[in-house]
Amino acid sequence: MEIILKGLRLLNPEQDLDINSDILIKDGIIEKIENLDSSKFVDAKVFDFSGKVCVPGLYDMHVHLREPGGEDKETVISGSNSAAAGGFTGIACMPNTNPAIDSAEVVKFIADRAKDHLVDVNPIGAVTKGRKGEALAPMLELSDAGAVGFSDDGTAVKTASLLRNALEYAKMIDSPIIEHCEDESLAGGSMNESFVSTELGLPSIPTVAEDLIVMRGILLAEYTGGKIHIAHISSKRSVELVREAKLRGVDVTAEAAPHHFTLTDDCVKAFDTNYKMNPPLRQQKDVDEIIKGLQDGTIDCIASDHAPHSIEDKELEYIYAPNGIVGLETQLGLTLTELYHKGKLTLEQVVEKLSINPRRVLNLEIPQIAVGEKANFTIIDLDLEFKFDIKNSKSRSKNSPFNGRELKGKSVAVINNSQMYFDGEFNHI
Amino acid sequence: MGLSSNHLLGLKGVPKEDIQLILDTATTFREVLERPIKKVPTLQGKTIVNLFYENSTRTRLSFELAQKRLSADTINFTKSGSSAAKGESFKDTVRNIEAMKVDMIVCRHESAGIPKYLTQISKAKIINAGDGRHEHPTQGLLDMYSIREKVGKLEGLNICIVGDISHSRVALSNIYGLQTMGANVSVCGPSTMIPWDMEKFGVKVYNNIDKAMAENDVLNVLRIQLERDAGVLIPSVREYHNYFGITQERIDKNNPNVLILHPGPINRGVEISSEVADGSSQIILNQVTNGVAIRMAVLYLLGTKSEE
Repeated sequence: MEIILKGLRLLNPEQDLDINSDILIKDGIIEKIENLDSSKFVDAKVFDFSGKVCVPGLYDMHVHLREPGGEDKETVISGSNSAAAGGFTGIACMPNTNPAIDSAEVVKFIADRAKDHLVDVNPIGAVTKGRKGEALAPMLELSDAGAVGFSDDGTAVKTASLLRNALEYAKMIDSPIIEHCEDESLAGGSMNESFVSTELGLPSIPTVAEDLIVMRGILLAEYTGGKIHIAHISSKRSVELVREAKLRGVDVTAEAAPHHFTLTDDCVKAFDTNYKMNPPLRQQKDVDEIIKGLQDGTIDCIASDHAPHSIEDKELEYIYAPNGIVGLETQLGLTLTELYHKGKLTLEQVVEKLSINPRRVLNLEIPQIAVGEKANFTIIDLDLEFKFDIKNSKSRSKNSPFNGRELKGKSVAVINNSQMYFDGEFNHI
Repeated sequence: MGLSSNHLLGLKGVPKEDIQLILDTATTFREVLERPIKKVPTLQGKTIVNLFYENSTRTRLSFELAQKRLSADTINFTKSGSSAAKGESFKDTVRNIEAMKVDMIVCRHESAGIPKYLTQISKAKIINAGDGRHEHPTQGLLDMYSIREKVGKLEGLNICIVGDISHSRVALSNIYGLQTMGANVSVCGPSTMIPWDMEKFGVKVYNNIDKAMAENDVLNVLRIQLERDAGVLIPSVREYHNYFGITQERIDKNNPNVLILHPGPINRGVEISSEVADGSSQIILNQVTNGVAIRMAVLYLLGTKSEE
């Protein structure tokens, strides 16, 4: 089958590519990149994407699919559908499922669920068995089965010695250890520690709980020569620590979630549990530093920390409600609205943070927009303004603080694995 | 003139006129409490639920008594032995209670923000009887009432709240209410018990009880949670008593005229010595009596207020 995409701006900083052209795709492979007279391709389906930007397919390296174990909240398929709707052609899913992704069987189970989907789903293996912080998970076996990184996300790796060994061990397969940075003894609150938590009388989590574990990860990566990736960085001091470590040449990378560069702990005053996540929303100074970190390259990736929860779970009292929000379908819009359109990141930087760098951290192939390559890209309308309505979300869960938010910039089509998601539908191409 | 709000969720932002009205109304009910027949028909036909998700003896008794004195019909809900213990969600519980057609809900809950949430899911008038470490407005009001009763005014007084400010719901309500009424509020306690950015409330922070006592007209002494705090926030009960405890010796040395309040229940020999607890500087039992009058005033003013 042939399709023609007309009028695109092709942008891939990885290839130094920024041209205007049409594209011909045949059976999922890029056949031609040139201006095409569509009347000469009678069998081809033609899409007019004039003025739209085509970039290598977006990738979200921090997603919680709840399968196996929490299928009422999200499945591999519903999460992948949500990813496609949000403009992503690939996601990495975190191992805090039930059972945890700590055996080859679970990795294969997820791969099997995802195998016919447009979206590539790459499991992250647990660092320790059952994420219990007692014994290392079989990392080589997990890697062979398809795991692309390791994390005990939800908590930090329990002890420094386990993290040290995990970093050493993962060097054999060049995999990163992805750390959820939170010191257990300082954790346990419902929001950031600040004047706002004092005012609201909610138990709080100080930023130093994050900073300590960021520093521990950096020092151990430096000592062992392993790779550490800081998940959902949220504190100013942590960004500074990563910046200094990078200057010293430590193999450290970091990601930030859109809620951490768009919201502050002032939002918690509404006592709406859709503002409860971990790490919690911080202060304006932290938001400013995260944006600075994204600008200067300290923070490599933007990742959603998509964390679906059922209505009944989120409707609990603030101190009892679980942490987390869905984010796959607001991530691109928030990034474009708050960073690109406000002149804080260039479009090239946006593509790096949302497509190229996450794949690089996980040692995945970076899609090329070139003849003979597999078509794996996202087509974005930078100026499309819309109001996010959670009711239309493809996720099984509706826990978003961004419901009703006006956004500018949206994915209008994604193509991968010989499939196209366009106008709310998946089609083979 | 009635109250400006249909609910009493906290004392933050409550206008001076409202506080004044509650305190003045309480004076009337305080007189009722001295009569041989202590009951008035004011809230006859009104139904009030006491929704207590957290243990509380004195606050619940005080509210219940106030409701009975006003002739309201009251029902009590406690977490243990109820549907909540069987796993029913808070929202469902409230909706069920609401379906029984209640006019007011008095709520105590260990999670901050619950009274505000109640206003979103229920049509009843809501009174916060303590939410997490957030607010406990009727306690703040009865403290203000008791001080005013004893000293004759609130404006210009120097009032210090002593103890574990971090885990206290009484502290914030006192700070908001007293500041609105023109008092100078400060806090005193070991630094581990003073929450983040306390100074932003415009309160002075003391770590020295002698200094706090010397510079203040009133000390509102909070209870120390023995089980929870010893060894964590403070090294020991003994050290707390030695460095922060209110003793007669300290009063004699620093400020013989100081007025001592305590929201109870008291730990004798910890935050307050027996001598002081039974002495002439304190008004602890007046607070308890006044608590009933304050709760009658709040229930009356909200219960008879028509919805705008």
